[in-house]
Order: sequence, then structure tokens, then C-alpha cells
Amino acid sequence: MGNNVSGFKIIYRKEVRIMTKPQTISVTAPAEEEFPKEKYDELEQFIDGMETTKGALIEILHKAQGIFGYLPRDVQLFIARKLGIPGAEVFGVVSFYSYFTTKPRGKHTISVCMGTACYVRGADKILEKMKEKLGIESNEITEDGLFTLKDVRCIGACGLAPVVMVDDKVFGRVKVEEVDDILNQYRK
Amino acid sequence: MSEKKMLKVIINDQELMVPEGITILEAAHQAGVHIPTLCHLDLHDFKMVNQTASCRVCMVEAPGRNTLVPACVTKVSEGMEVRTDSIRAITARRMAVELLLSNHPNECFTCPKNLECELQALAAELNVREIRWEGDRMDYPKDLTSDAIVKDANKCIYCRRCETACNKVQTCGILSGIGRGFEAFVGPFGNIPMVESSCTYCGQCVQVCPTAALTEVYHMDKVWEAINDPDKYVIVQTAPAIRVAIGELFGMEAGTIATGKMVTALKRMGFDAVFDTDFGADLTVMEEAAELIYRIKNNKTLPILTSCCPAWVKFIEHQFPELLEIPSTCKSPHIMFGTIAKTYYAEKNNIDPDNIVVVSVMPCIAKKAEAKRPELTKDEHNNVDIVVTTRELGKMIKEAGIDFKNLPDTEFDKPLGETTGASVIFGTTGGVIEAALRTAYEWMTGEELKNVEFEQLRGLDGVREATVDVGGKELHIGIAHGLGNARILLENIRDGKSKYHAVEIMACPGGCIAGGGQPYHHGNDEIVKKRQQDIYDEDRRKKVRKSHENKEILELYKEYLGEPFGDLAHRLLHTHYEERERI
Repeated sequence: MGNNVSGFKIIYRKEVRIMTKPQTISVTAPAEEEFPKEKYDELEQFIDGMETTKGALIEILHKAQGIFGYLPRDVQLFIARKLGIPGAEVFGVVSFYSYFTTKPRGKHTISVCMGTACYVRGADKILEKMKEKLGIESNEITEDGLFTLKDVRCIGACGLAPVVMVDDKVFGRVKVEEVDDILNQYRK
Repeated sequence: MSEKKMLKVIINDQELMVPEGITILEAAHQAGVHIPTLCHLDLHDFKMVNQTASCRVCMVEAPGRNTLVPACVTKVSEGMEVRTDSIRAITARRMAVELLLSNHPNECFTCPKNLECELQALAAELNVREIRWEGDRMDYPKDLTSDAIVKDANKCIYCRRCETACNKVQTCGILSGIGRGFEAFVGPFGNIPMVESSCTYCGQCVQVCPTAALTEVYHMDKVWEAINDPDKYVIVQTAPAIRVAIGELFGMEAGTIATGKMVTALKRMGFDAVFDTDFGADLTVMEEAAELIYRIKNNKTLPILTSCCPAWVKFIEHQFPELLEIPSTCKSPHIMFGTIAKTYYAEKNNIDPDNIVVVSVMPCIAKKAEAKRPELTKDEHNNVDIVVTTRELGKMIKEAGIDFKNLPDTEFDKPLGETTGASVIFGTTGGVIEAALRTAYEWMTGEELKNVEFEQLRGLDGVREATVDVGGKELHIGIAHGLGNARILLENIRDGKSKYHAVEIMACPGGCIAGGGQPYHHGNDEIVKKRQQDIYDEDRRKKVRKSHENKEILELYKEYLGEPFGDLAHRLLHTHYEERERI
């Protein structure tokens, strides 16, 4: 009689939040540029040295962008595998913050502040002039690889509005006519 | 377990005692007070909970607090007063919907979710008569790259339900919020086309999407075209889970079995033959049980994993390529059916297989992509030509002007419509393995199995295991439904922590009854449970409840296939898998 089923038990009832387990991947050549293994090693050491990687994605991406200059596909996937989170989640964060870039940067980064103070003092016109002179849109790189143009939110120099930063140097009270002069300082 | 502390709350002047730890939304439900929601989703037993509080549609007043609070995530406290019906709360809720509509495409007329859209329903419920603001409208191209899922980012309202389904429940990690502000939408890594992602096409994201940001690829036109082509012999087959859900699309109560009406509707639509995927399921049992016994007897790789679910198959290919040796090589039931239709049935009835069109009605979106897999479209003709979902069939029946509710019952055509109770239960979690055991038990012991109901394999726990005594030999069985649970089970197998002989996995929580292609449950898990009950009821009503007692199946082996798991069966009914990239 019956089919003698025995030993039934529930083995798991916990909330499931398990992502892909960390594992090493072979980092194949990225489409844009091939990075030396040392760069990946440096990033890996940084991550391994962290007390916890929980909630540390932004910090890690920050570091990675410092090492590689930008965050191409394979670097993002490397971080995802290393942390055991979906690649989509990493990309979601990268795409959210304007600080992160997935394209290589030019030799110099021009940041035009579009914060409230700069905006009311004509930052939009400065930005337009920059675009015109460089022949690119925001977040693009000039053909000669010299400049990357970015519009950024307040950089905390409102007293000097409107403000343009080239790399670490701040130009204050910029006038539209001065755009050429600023660019020429870096065109040598 | 200690009794939960009870708290006094006052909702719209109504005093009630509720357990500590529940939300205002849940307390209001107990008080019989309806609070509208949009992003919120809680499929209790299926462990799918979306609590992002991103839509702000459930805002209520809690006197003493400066701001309105979202009812879906705010926990009740002792003595808390809540007002859901103040003018301030009502206005705020309406405004939340107005803001969502301010950059939502105005194309309800032609939208595939027309009258099934939760945003549209809310606009009506909250009496939105005007959209006072014009937001930045996006113009993203539709992602039509995959054979299964269409992504229309312009209709994404950022409720994140799909993310919860994809990442937390299914652990596939395909979808994430991309960008910010008006431009934000949900998509895969690098916003690559869906077809290049590791998506399994399980369709749970589609099942929970409140708008038409995620829908299936529609194939209704192709079906009508085939039916109206006089040179084509069009065969339709319906999966076990369709009959217990299709009635819902015609206002019938969830939990109504509509097999007979469905068959009548299909015949009136003009199909040349109306058959049952259950026949394919019985065939699958024959092959899978034979494969299990072969593997046990010959000390081959164990456990054997069921391979009926194409989303699950794609999941293992992307996520566990090191385990590709263990799934059964059996094709899925509807693919087996298609193969038999274009060989045995075609020969028997003297029809050119090239003129046969096999249409599968599936509770599933992944089956659409499965039917296009190159290894299943070989030998000049496809195994299955067109796959439509339960929802699509419902739309087609309406298009044809058929009064579904009042149809008489008809039987499936013979011979490929002859089925057993074993094949019916394929539609629910635990059913495939139970069906296989009914046959394997008798084959292994040579004795009759008197009580065919393996209660111990049933239920809704995410991962279940049981040991079955088969003539003195113990068979260890594992069952998982939902890909997150499948991941746990697979990791245990990979790491040697669990030893099973046979494992059943279904990608959708609940199994095919809650598949991505089923009528939208709109977050009501009771509907899914009723469908499951139906499946077991239908099994009980069947005279024959074991696959190897299906007369037409036995005839098929005798006349054509030879032995189960034999040479011809192997060539026609089995397949292979391949490693795929994980992105």
C-alpha cells in the first residue's frame, strides 16, 4: 500500500539574496584598449584590502576610474564578478553618477560648472561656446584626444561664478570671449 | 514562537488591534480600508516582495508627522492615527500619478497593455482628468532583439518590480536602473540589447511590470496567417497550465478549469487539429524515467535534472556551465510534441511535414525563444513553428468574437490529444518529478503503484526534498521553483553537499501555473494557488493517471519509436546544451 514516501523535509526557508558567487574571470581584451594585468592587480589588491565590500561599490568604482582613467565594459564586469553582484547593478551606479565615465578621457578635462550660481551668471553660454570651439558635446572627447568636456554640478566656488575647471585649475568669472584663451593655454 | 505584540492603531477613526511590525498598508487592509498602490508587490508564499516606495501612490496622513508617509513601507506604532481619506492625502496620491503620466507616452489606444495596465487603472481610480505638467519625454527605441521579450523603456515608470523579480527572486541579475531623472529606465548591463544579455526569458519581469515597459513578443498575426493559408495544416497544442488560467481572461473566477471550452474555441478559430501538450508531457515522462533508470543502472552522472523548462535550461547554461552534464537530454514536452507531429503524425496521415505548422500555446515566454534554438530547428523544419502565450490566445479568442464563457465543452482530437493525469500536473512545481516517479516506480519494481499522489513532493516551499522507497531502493528527490531557489540547490549539488537521484526545477515561482505568459496576477498570489489546486483536481478526474498507461503513447512506441530511450527516440526526442556567456 502506498508509495512509501518518507524523510520529507524543508531544507531552506531563508530569504534568498544570493548573487553570482565571486569568481575569477579571464579578462579578455576590451574593445577600446588593452590594459596591462598590473592595473587589474592593483584594483584587485585594493578590493581585497577592504574590510568589507558591502556598500563599497562607489568607492571601488572611484578607485578603478583612478587606475584605468575610465570604466570600460570589462573593468565593470571585473568589479561585478569580484564583488559577486550583477554587472547590471554596477552599470546602474556608473550610469547614475555623472562623475563616472565609460569612455576614455582626453588629456585634459574641462568641467563647466552648471550649479545654480554659475548658471544664473551665464554658465550655459560658456558651455555652448566650449562645445562650439571644441566641436563636441558634453561627455565627449575631442578628435585629437586633447580635451574631454563635462558639465558638472556645483564645485563649491560660487563666489567666482561662472567657474570653469581644467583638470585641477580653476578659472573664475569666465567670460564667453575668454574661452579661446583658456583653451589655447593647453594647446601647445 | 512567541505571540506577536499587538498595537492599537486608528485608521480613519476606526480603532483596531494589529500585530507589531506590519505596515500601514497591511493594517488598512485589515480595517477594510483600500489604499491604492502601484510599485508595491507582495506575493507572500512565493517570496517576491517589492518595497521600493518609489511611486508615492500610497501616501497617507499620519497626524503628528509633518509629511505624508508611504503606507507600503511605514510600520505601524502604538496609538498611531492614520488618515487615508483626507483631501491632502487624496490630492497627493492623485498628483503622484499625474507626475508619472507627465512623461508617459499617450498611446493607451494602441498599447499592448490597454485595459490591463495598472497605471491606466490607477489614473481612472484616482480620477485624474488632466495632466497639468509636461515632463521631458524620452524617445528610446524599443528593444526587439530577443525572440521573447520586448523592452519599451519609454513606458518604464521606475517601480523596480522587474528588478526585484530578476535580481532578488530569480538571481539572474539582468535588469538594473540605468541613468537618472527623466532619462532613467530599467535595462541590462551597458544597456546592451536583451538578446546579448544572459536573460533566461523566464518572463517574471513581464508578469510583474505594471505598464507595457516589458511585454512578450507577440505572434498572434503569424497564427492567423497560418490558419488562413489553405496549403497549411495547422496543429495547435496547449500546455497543462493554460486550461486552469485562460478562464480568468474572460471574467471567469480564478480556479475554473476551462479545458473543454478552450478546445471548442480553438476548433472554432479554425485550427486543423487541436491537440494537447500533455501528450508531449507523457512522452517526456517515458523518456525521462527511462533515462533515470539507465543512469542509475549504469552508474552514470546523477542527479538527473528535468529539462522541460527552457528558462531553467538557459539559466544553467549561463550560470552553471560546469554542471551541463547533469540535465536530462529530453527535449521539452511541446518540442517533443512538435517533432512527433512532423514525423509520426505526418507519415500516418500522409501530410507533407513542410506544410504542417505547429502552434504551441504556452504559459511561458521562454518557450518562444526555445522554439528558435538552432538545434531545435534542424532537419529543414522547425519542431515548433509559433509559440503564443495564454494571454495572446485570450486576445485571439476575443478578436474572433467567440463568447468563451458560454461555449460548450469539446474533447481534444486523437491521437495526440490522449493524455493522463500525470501529464496534467506538469504545470505545477513538483508535478514533473511526481509524474516521472509514477512511471519509474512501476518500471523499477514491476509492481503496481496504488496511491499515485506523492503528497510529500507537493507544496510551495522554494526548495524541497524527499526520499522515496522504490522497491527497497531509496531515491532522493530534490525540487526547486524560482531560479533563486534553483541556484541554492545547484550550488549544493556542485559543492557535493546534496546527493540526489533526480531533481526537478521550474524557473517560475509556483511553476508554469505562474509563468511569464499567464494572465497577469497583478500581485494576487491567491490566484496562483487556485490554479495549482485546479491542476491537482484535473489529475484526480483523469481515468488514467500514469504516463506509461497512455494508450496512444504505447501505440506510438509500438508503431514508430521502438523502445523508450532507444535509438530513434534518442534521435528525435533528445537534445544537447551549450555553455553561454554570463553578463
